[in-house]
Amino acid sequence: MPTLMHLYPLTGAALVGLGLYGIVTLRHPLRQLLAVNVVGAGIFLILGGLGRGTASTDPFPQALVITGIVVAVALTAFGAALVVRVAEEERARDDTAAVEATGDSA
Amino acid sequence: MTLAFDLILCLMIVGTAAAALLTHNALAAIVFFIVFGNLLGLAWLAMNAVNVAMAEIAIGAGITGVLLILTRQRLMALGDDLISAETPGWLRAGAVLACTGLTALVGSAVLSVAPADDLGGPIAALLPELGIENPVTGVLLAFRAYDTLLETFVLLGALVAVWSLAPGNAWPRPPASLNLAESGGGSVAQAFGRLLLPLALVMAAYLVWAGSDFPGGAFQAGTVLAGGLIIAAIGGAVAWPRADNSILRAVLVLGPGVFLIIGLAGIALGRFLFYPPGFAKAMIVAIEYSLALSIGATLALLLAGRSVAPDHRS
Repeated sequence: MPTLMHLYPLTGAALVGLGLYGIVTLRHPLRQLLAVNVVGAGIFLILGGLGRGTASTDPFPQALVITGIVVAVALTAFGAALVVRVAEEERARDDTAAVEATGDSA
Repeated sequence: MTLAFDLILCLMIVGTAAAALLTHNALAAIVFFIVFGNLLGLAWLAMNAVNVAMAEIAIGAGITGVLLILTRQRLMALGDDLISAETPGWLRAGAVLACTGLTALVGSAVLSVAPADDLGGPIAALLPELGIENPVTGVLLAFRAYDTLLETFVLLGALVAVWSLAPGNAWPRPPASLNLAESGGGSVAQAFGRLLLPLALVMAAYLVWAGSDFPGGAFQAGTVLAGGLIIAAIGGAVAWPRADNSILRAVLVLGPGVFLIIGLAGIALGRFLFYPPGFAKAMIVAIEYSLALSIGATLALLLAGRSVAPDHRS
């Protein structure tokens, strides 16, 4: 039954679409970072799922997916650090603006 | 029975992903994402890909989930309410159309490929030469060692990139403390952290050793180590080191360094990343142990984040 074997890669395709919808419509960078991870998970499912044999799954895409998972966490960590840094800069700018508005500047 | 299980699992995977993307509350979204990661791990198990299942649950759900929760905490401390502004209706309608179309395209592309375990046989035939039995470890450390070597440098590079975001007055101070015991009432975390770290060390050592013949390996072991370090840091048993600590830096480059040196030594015997016959397993295990240590430290520090200025508390 071809459709049964294709179940997981098709789920992966659905995740790619869902994640892209999230990237387009979500307006907070941390939420967009989460959406990027959903797209990545979908791609991993397509890659690994298409290597699924009757009794075993192709070890080659398995190894590629493990590499991909580690690269994805590296990207997420850097992205999260950037988001925090941007928020800090904005906070500092707002504070300066507030101080100037009250005429209380040093 | 299996078909029903697969169908329900796939529906739950898509459902939790949709919930993680569509819910308004950021914490709820992150929790749904962690559930999503664990369900994906089950999907990999259902496909007999135990190595990937372990990596997905430990790294994809575990480390990424904790990272997102910590980032949310840091953003809230800065006054960010994490509310995703409402997008206009036309944009959402357009996005639905475009993403549905893309899903259909990717889906039809997927259906045009017949799933098959094409390389399992050839890889299994080459494994006795290496002296290991786990085909995924064989691909990662021998047949596609190039990818894995570069990947370890990507991980190291990500940590350097995160560190480089530190403000000038903070570098090279340690990252913000996660210590719960400091703020009182953290005695459970304190005891748990002291208990879990040695257990994590033993388990990581076992996972690397078992990874030659059974599911496991350096990345899964490194993640277990990172988990132990994080729990210990929350309990106050471990304090984050300064970024210019030379022992820390040696630990971080040990794995990629040993991998690169063994790879370069292979040139003398024939080609880059060539393992001399008979010594392949010994070299793979040596690379994996040093990698696990470096990966554990790198992942824990990626979660801890960059240096913070002395007055900063997050």
